[in-house]
Amino acid sequence: MNEAADSQRGELLLDIRGLTVRFPTTDGVVQAVSNVSYSLRRGETLGVVGESGSGKSVSNLAIMGLLNRARADVTGEIEFHGRDLLKLSPAQMRSIRGKDIAMIFQDPFACLHPMYRVGDQIAEAARAHGATKDAAGKRAVELLGRVGIPNAEGRARDYPHQFSGGMRQRAMIAMALVNNPSVLIADEPTTALDVTVQAQILELIEDVKTEFNIGVILVTHDLGVVAETATSVLVMYAGRIMEYGPAKEIFTQPQHPYAWGLLDSMPSVERRLKALVPIEGSPPSLLAPPPGCPFHPRCPYRFEPCDSVVPPLVAPEGGHLDACHLPFDRKLELGRERADRRLGSAAA
Amino acid sequence: MSAAESRAVDNLVEIEHLTKRFAVKQGVFARGTSQVHAVEDISLTVRRGETLGIVGESGCGKSTTARLMLRLLDPTSGTIRFDGRDITKLSQRALRPVRREMQMIFQDPYASLNPRKTVGQIVGQPFAIHGVPGDTKARVRELLSRVGLSPEHYNRYPHEFSGGQRQRIGVARALALRPKLVVCDEPVSALDVSIQAQILNLLRELQAEFELTLVFISHDLSVMRQIADRIAVMYLGHVVELGPSESIYEHPKHPYTAALLSAVPRASAEGVAARERILLGGDVPSPIDPPPACVFHTRCPRFHQGHCDVEEPLLRELAPAQQAACHYPLERWPMTDAEIRQAEGAERQDRPHLEGAAAESPL
Repeated sequence: MNEAADSQRGELLLDIRGLTVRFPTTDGVVQAVSNVSYSLRRGETLGVVGESGSGKSVSNLAIMGLLNRARADVTGEIEFHGRDLLKLSPAQMRSIRGKDIAMIFQDPFACLHPMYRVGDQIAEAARAHGATKDAAGKRAVELLGRVGIPNAEGRARDYPHQFSGGMRQRAMIAMALVNNPSVLIADEPTTALDVTVQAQILELIEDVKTEFNIGVILVTHDLGVVAETATSVLVMYAGRIMEYGPAKEIFTQPQHPYAWGLLDSMPSVERRLKALVPIEGSPPSLLAPPPGCPFHPRCPYRFEPCDSVVPPLVAPEGGHLDACHLPFDRKLELGRERADRRLGSAAA
Repeated sequence: MSAAESRAVDNLVEIEHLTKRFAVKQGVFARGTSQVHAVEDISLTVRRGETLGIVGESGCGKSTTARLMLRLLDPTSGTIRFDGRDITKLSQRALRPVRREMQMIFQDPYASLNPRKTVGQIVGQPFAIHGVPGDTKARVRELLSRVGLSPEHYNRYPHEFSGGQRQRIGVARALALRPKLVVCDEPVSALDVSIQAQILNLLRELQAEFELTLVFISHDLSVMRQIADRIAVMYLGHVVELGPSESIYEHPKHPYTAALLSAVPRASAEGVAARERILLGGDVPSPIDPPPACVFHTRCPRFHQGHCDVEEPLLRELAPAQQAACHYPLERWPMTDAEIRQAEGAERQDRPHLEGAAAESPL
């Protein structure tokens, strides 16, 4: 992405440079995230996509300071308002976590304490950052109303089991917003929800982003969710960034063979495809990732340097960042062939 | 051959007026009991060689229906006929030979394989249970290679396999006895998208090769479109729409089907631009106390007071082979949210998306 485009967008909130996360285990070192760099601005929704084990959740846990530093070896820089979050003390991190950077998780059933009232749990998040008991309680009710819980004052006194899945995720969003954060990290926020409720929650996150003028990182395995909500997209595989750019470009002109593979293997609700095109094989073990490009054992276009040289993440003229050795014009050509093939494969 | 007999030849499974209610205890010290209306008076047929898809959100009764079909659950009322024979009242012993013909593939490939048994034992078990003579080992090896595993995997344990490979083991086990019917209960929901496609392709190939009849259960409408020939859409224990897959996707008649379709995120630029979401308010009501008359009326954008909440709509044919249970079906498709709400006499012109959670709490 060039700087001219950057300057037109919102204030830079997060700047992540060379983030690497390793977990030493008895079987060896798990290389969960390898040298990833990305950023988040106000008003941006960054969609992070990848399959299980791609490192998409771990990199966000690193931002939140939720990795146990005794067990995980985290290097690189996570700059937030001029401070490197990785250098902060646990106490300093506590004053940022849940205040300036908030997070919602996949399973709204596991994230609320079953024996405390929903309103009190939301208020607790405010009191942890200095609000008085009274003000915190009022704020909790106000936000429950804002996220679409009817009769918020009454429902604040309910226990989590009295809420449905969708309402619990709304309550989690209210809790995340209670201290006016500038960054909201949503890790698979709709995976546990039914599709009609998912639509409601995605709409709510979008509304909240605009109203509170925040930056959102949306982690998901569902390319459809990303296509609908994200302004920029980060495609991860085996702990590395494969492709990174504006959402429009990623979906109209994907450049990386892994992104093609993901898009082609996705079943479409719009048509019945003659055959889905799966990516052959399975993701590599992070204990012993393949040398060179981590995707090369599954890549149909691999050639000489792929199994020895890690491709750098670079943006060609007229394209966005990707990590692949193929020349750019070859990628464009293959991309066009691919689009024809996919449309051609639509059944009558 | 009589008409009834020829129908029985075309239909592998026929279920009529099937109802299943579960008793649940409620209240302090479990004094009160009430019933979960899991499946309410549904009638369905599964034709030989086809794939019948059952879609719906969690709690709509799709898995219960499948389990009733296999007699893994006993129905409260109604009849189930398999291959022309009434199996509703068969004893477990009498069911055994029938069970050879019907198999199931489960959602969670981590929970559905015994971790202490080798792949060979797992896939060979059906032969042992049904006392099939012959060289079981050779058969298992052949099955393994047919589902895309190596015959050398015979002595390995499930934990040595990835999710996709485990699901292949489940497929091999289900096919071992060459069944007529295979019920797939969310077989790809736990898998990553690139692996999902592998399993879907495998099922499509095997269906042709083994002349299988499939009942495919999923909440994922994109997956469903790739595999089903006919689709039943379920909501709160009722079949609300039933018809050929293409008709359901291209011309849905029931407002709930339309809302489901419009809620699926699209991964193509044209897809996102092409449609407007029909946002349903609230959540699915509790099956313990389902709404009267049309079960969908509490969330329906076309709700007509005094009709939808009083008289239950029955499935009726609205297009060739396509049935929907709705008093005010959609005239055309696509329609925008506003157009649907403008139906003459409809009560709900608002867009209740944020007031959405207004529907009753789950208790």
